[in-house]
Amino acid sequence: MARKKKRWSLSDRPVIVTGVAEGAHHEHLPYQRHHFETIAQQNDATNFAMWLFLLTEIMFFGGLFTAYLIYRNWYYPAFVSASHQLSIPLGGVNTLLLICSSFTMAMGVWSAEMKKKGALVLCLILTFILGTGFLGIKTVEYGEKIEKHHVPGIHYSLNSFLYPDSDEAARVAKDHALPLDMARHTEIYFFLYFAMTGMHALHMIIGVAILAFMIARAQAGAYTTGHVTFVENFGLYWHFVDIVWIFLFPLLYLISRH
Amino acid sequence: MSNVPDKVDHDLPEQHEREHHIVSPKIYLTILIALLVGTAVTVWASYVNLGIFNPVVALAIACTKATLVVLYFMHVKYGTKLTKLTVGAGIFTFLILVGMTLADYFTRAWGRW
Repeated sequence: MARKKKRWSLSDRPVIVTGVAEGAHHEHLPYQRHHFETIAQQNDATNFAMWLFLLTEIMFFGGLFTAYLIYRNWYYPAFVSASHQLSIPLGGVNTLLLICSSFTMAMGVWSAEMKKKGALVLCLILTFILGTGFLGIKTVEYGEKIEKHHVPGIHYSLNSFLYPDSDEAARVAKDHALPLDMARHTEIYFFLYFAMTGMHALHMIIGVAILAFMIARAQAGAYTTGHVTFVENFGLYWHFVDIVWIFLFPLLYLISRH
Repeated sequence: MSNVPDKVDHDLPEQHEREHHIVSPKIYLTILIALLVGTAVTVWASYVNLGIFNPVVALAIACTKATLVVLYFMHVKYGTKLTKLTVGAGIFTFLILVGMTLADYFTRAWGRW
């Protein structure tokens, strides 16, 4: 009787129950999980689950962005001066690296779908290299912050903001000296800077680690058998991390520059 | 249910193909170029003094870039209605949470000076 029932998959179209006989093990592709009626339904379910995960990530980063906007509104002069300490060339190159890595990742998904093993491995390796390059440049930027004592904590230094003439970046941006109470709020900027870029970098580190795993699996012939779910969902994750940076770059580096 | 196919293997590949839209590299390349141009424009715009509109322009460009990534790189444009609804509902909820919070904080001091 179950066969007669009209069933709907998670997709737009009805799934036709293709069981050979009631209670029998219906035939399906080897990578289709047993509890799904069709491979299309399985793909829809995993895609849906991945998007739900990404929505929790959007909410998570959204909280950080909201905190940043509120504090920027409150302590505007401090946030302007503090953001002048970031390097637009380094941030800009990192943006280019990430956007290109998103492209190579998208091409990786395409290669997997077209069952081109060599192209898939190449795309994954390129994505890996671009992602690692991003993290390398980020390390250089963090190094500069440590050197100038711009890491929040007991070693935090207000010199660049109380005496802008002593700091090259502040001189170039023609910063005015901030009064002490406002200068102290630059620490909040750097706290949010490290929280946001740090969480983003953590996502990148996880992504690069998964990429290394995927390169090894792809070389062994995985993902090019028609079962591309893992590559596809990792692609969604990687593009999401790219989107976070698309917002971080203007908000942290650019909007107080004019 | 008159259209139940006789053979399983007759139906599966076709169904798989229809569910799974493959986006061509040409589209990916176009989006890449659009994103690179968007990055250049946002860096350039940040050096122009637009006053209060600097963050607005920067966020508008960022939202455009993010939309391109979501629609094409993340295949939402070719996705199922469920995917579209999920993404849409998520962004809608997100905007309400952020929008209401910011509206509250930015207007708390109104009329107090």
